[in-house]
Amino acid sequence: MIRRALAPLAALAVLLSLWELAVRALHVPAYVLPPPSAIAVAGGAEASTLAAAAFCTGRAALLGFALSAVIGVLVAVVLASSRLLERALYPYTVFLQTVPIVAIAPILVLWFGAGFRSVAVSALIVSVFPVIANTLAGLRSVDPALEDLFRLYGATPTATLVKLRLPAAVPQIVTGLRVAAGLAVIGAIVGEFVAGYSEEGAGLGITVMAANRQLRTDLLFAAVLSASLLGLAMFGAVNLAGYLLLRRWHPSEKSDRS
Amino acid sequence: MISSRPPSAPQPRSPFPSATPAKPAPAVLESLAHGASVRLAGVRRAFKGGVVAIDGVNLEVGLGEFVALLGPSGCGKSTLLRLVAGLDQPDEGAVEVVGGGVAFVFQDAHLLPWRTVLENVALPLELAGIRAGDRLAEARAAIDEVGLGDASGRRPAELSGGMRMRVSLARALVTRPRLLLLDEPFAALDELTRHRLDDQLRALWLAQGMTVLFVTHSITEAAYLAQRAIVFSSRPARTVADVPVDLGRERGPAIRTEASFARATRVLFDALEQAGA
Repeated sequence: MIRRALAPLAALAVLLSLWELAVRALHVPAYVLPPPSAIAVAGGAEASTLAAAAFCTGRAALLGFALSAVIGVLVAVVLASSRLLERALYPYTVFLQTVPIVAIAPILVLWFGAGFRSVAVSALIVSVFPVIANTLAGLRSVDPALEDLFRLYGATPTATLVKLRLPAAVPQIVTGLRVAAGLAVIGAIVGEFVAGYSEEGAGLGITVMAANRQLRTDLLFAAVLSASLLGLAMFGAVNLAGYLLLRRWHPSEKSDRS
Repeated sequence: MISSRPPSAPQPRSPFPSATPAKPAPAVLESLAHGASVRLAGVRRAFKGGVVAIDGVNLEVGLGEFVALLGPSGCGKSTLLRLVAGLDQPDEGAVEVVGGGVAFVFQDAHLLPWRTVLENVALPLELAGIRAGDRLAEARAAIDEVGLGDASGRRPAELSGGMRMRVSLARALVTRPRLLLLDEPFAALDELTRHRLDDQLRALWLAQGMTVLFVTHSITEAAYLAQRAIVFSSRPARTVADVPVDLGRERGPAIRTEASFARATRVLFDALEQAGA
């Protein structure tokens, strides 16, 4: 475990040292590219602000993610229930993926008010498509022999869905949720750019914009780092849940990859 | 090892819709008529693109018979079995199963990988709405019958290919079927494992007396298992020979090296040759 972490940590140390040395040697202004040490100092000094902002963003991202997990799976189940429905509606779910969230964020503010709810909806819109697409693929790729078996034993459509299709789709659902976890954080931060101002507190998106206006590039970097740590934490949580769910039966989680 | 069912075990029953409505029959009658009979008349099945899988097939299988359907791989035997199971409908002709209670064993085990052996075997009873306590007891009995008693808590990924196939067999037996359909069930296994499973299947048939239709492309397997072998030609599958296998009801592994067995395989081999397969 420690051994495996050694190589990437060494690479990081080398990269950060080169960055530090290059910035100092070339006298790059701090507002263009601050040295890593300055980012660390800014991060330390503003730690409580960043933590509060990360909590604020994380809360909205988590709600958006949870909504997209529930809505995504439900939509996929409905689409998978009939070829006609899928043909009729699937193109419009693709629309979700292409919708420019920055452009529709003002509409979200109109509908849901500025702050937490709009930011969560923004996270939902950005992250729901991969859940729909992957779940649908999973529901569609059930072993035909098992479907025959369920038919032979007179299984109802509900029983086939609950006992065969959904469990068989779990690996793909987990894949969709993995992608959605990272996207939910991105969606929340982009949502905050437009809809994030409210009395409830400022998220990382607000911190990023404020730091940018004040040319506090060191703080900007620290905020971006916090955002990616937040995304990483959510991704990690989904990964862990997927591992616990699938380790007993699915090949993707079976090997210990030593 | 095949354990016989203890007297306290629930009576064999079939919770599945059958061609004739299940009547509460006296125990004596039940034990006499465990099998179902199958009749196919002028059956034709073609698929999109014009491939005719089977054509003009007539077939009669009596109560409790063990019949091998022998023919080259991909000749349409599997389609025939699906028609008998009611998973597919013929384009022409009639398929009739009297006595109901059909179970199907596929070429591969096709288990639910997220379920334990016990939960997999209990599945058909679960889908029929049998209470958890009853269905798990029945499943345990079926698992014992195929000799997997100590593996009931494991998942398919933790089993060998032969063990998975035995789970699949137990899942078919748990409903106490009157008609057992097997589609080249042991073809993917090594020869030793296959021989063991052949013996197990024969013992189960002798003990339970269900009707068995066994699709295979192996002449020796057909001769070893069946009372009667029906030989099919290549696509479209037509019945070209109906050969009794006169090796008696009780057969052990030793029979494979005897002259009578060689003669029986020779007869089947010639029939296949004549079929142009």
